[in-house]
Amino acid sequence: MMKILVVDDELDVKDLFLQRFRREIRNAEFQLAFANSGEEALKYLAGHQSEVILILSDINMPGMSGFELLRHIRTDFQAPPSPVVMMITAYGDPDSQQQAVELGANDFLTKPLDFTVLKQKLHDLA
Amino acid sequence: MNTSSPEGIGTILLAAGAFQFARRFLDLPTRLPGWEPFFKRIWVIFGVLLGLSALFSIDLSNGWVALAMSLVFVFMLWQLKHFQPSRTVILAVAPFLLLWVVGSYLEHYAPKFYQANEGFFDSSIGFSAIWLGTFLVIANRQKKALVKIEQERAIEAEQRRIIEAKKQELEYLVAERTAKITLQKEELEQTLIELKATQAQLIQSEKMASLGELTAGIAHEIQNPLNFVNNFSEVSIELIDELAEEQAKPERDPELEAELLTDLKQNLQKINHHGGRASSIVKGMLQHSRAGAGQREPTDVNALCEEYLRLAYHGLRAKDKSFNAIFSTELDPSLGLISLVPQDVSRVLLNLFTNAFYAVQQRQKQEKTHGYQPTVIVSTRCANSEAVITVADNGTGIAEDVQQKIFQPFFTTKPTGEGTGLGLSLAYEIITKGHGGTLEVESKAGEGSKFIVTLPG
Repeated sequence: MMKILVVDDELDVKDLFLQRFRREIRNAEFQLAFANSGEEALKYLAGHQSEVILILSDINMPGMSGFELLRHIRTDFQAPPSPVVMMITAYGDPDSQQQAVELGANDFLTKPLDFTVLKQKLHDLA
Repeated sequence: MNTSSPEGIGTILLAAGAFQFARRFLDLPTRLPGWEPFFKRIWVIFGVLLGLSALFSIDLSNGWVALAMSLVFVFMLWQLKHFQPSRTVILAVAPFLLLWVVGSYLEHYAPKFYQANEGFFDSSIGFSAIWLGTFLVIANRQKKALVKIEQERAIEAEQRRIIEAKKQELEYLVAERTAKITLQKEELEQTLIELKATQAQLIQSEKMASLGELTAGIAHEIQNPLNFVNNFSEVSIELIDELAEEQAKPERDPELEAELLTDLKQNLQKINHHGGRASSIVKGMLQHSRAGAGQREPTDVNALCEEYLRLAYHGLRAKDKSFNAIFSTELDPSLGLISLVPQDVSRVLLNLFTNAFYAVQQRQKQEKTHGYQPTVIVSTRCANSEAVITVADNGTGIAEDVQQKIFQPFFTTKPTGEGTGLGLSLAYEIITKGHGGTLEVESKAGEGSKFIVTLPG
């Protein structure tokens, strides 16, 4: 089972993901966790060390941005297995993409999310 | 034969002398110009007279010449009867001439009687000479007095003429100036009209500029709810398919069906919610760009703050992708609804928020260390039945000498082309004139700024 942490400041993202992945959750393929900010995500990660395999994070959030979260993940949670991080942004500009890759992101997705593509990527990882 | 007797020549010389004296004394060339030809030829005339007397053996002292000369002389002076010295001269010479004429006649035609009374005549002539001298002195004084008066009059007239000329000059100057001033006034009025039109245009362009700042934020803010609308509707289709599948099964799971229906209802609620969110953003944008005076309406200031804080943040975020800031709100729920013009106050809020984010962004660029956390905090509270909105940032701050100018129109610290310099001056006008509130600034260069809006409840 793959544990996924979704980080987004929009609260409805939780319901959306739960419904989008309802079959996978029911079949116990995925386990989803949610955080509404970078700070919350770090707190969660600190409490669930090495459990989370994949992190899906929005870049553009008030307070700690997705990039900062990524920097923290890559510096503070180096104990293997290091999680796969996919960055999500509304601004699909090459600069952000390059910055995400430089900071150690594994993938870069743009909003609106194409869940078919996302599911495929997750299945490939699993 | 007494041709050219000494008395006759004396008579002529006396007459000539008297005429010359009168001419000079009474200034006859100017007063009686008609007599001048006679004066010019006086010696010729008297010469001819002497010649004729010699030729025809006429004694010129027989009284007739004296009488003629006297009459001519008095007639001449009588021409100037309006000239006081002339009258005095007549008075002066009258006894002498009378004695002279009478004496001449008597001497000539009644020599015995004359000789018998010569003493009386001589003394009479003497008295008349004294009389003549006295009155000539008086005439001279009168003449001098008259000359003086005339001079004074002339001076007065000259002064009057100068004053008149000055007056005319002044009147001309005044007319000229008045024309100039009128022209300038008309030009100024025209300029004022143009300025007012330009001001209206500028205010509109400032609205458009702030709309431009909003656009990116709005795009972001609309995209998010639209994504949810799309996603939740897609998921709902899946749920309906699943529900249909479940219903087609011979052994239906009523629990699952109920769960699916609950989810469906929840999704539709979310679609409705996010659709409303998008349309309220569009409505706000339309309100923001609308020209003209808006109506006051009871408004939730807290919601307005929250909405525009997000718009301002995402607006700047869209321009500078590397930018990130902590922004939070400390909103007083007891504030309630405040009567205000929403599009005007939202413009003020947007301007204050954009400025705050700009300030922290500028400081972030300057700070080399990672320790700096760009922070913008918006708080509301109710104080003395007034709504107080505070926008605090820890950005670059505003130097004291600049603080005085920030509410002036066209003042901007931004590079040319980036700011209109109208944002804060319009904000100030909207808050103070439009709503009777206050807009104040507290700031320290290098530490941050705090803008405080007070709106009467």
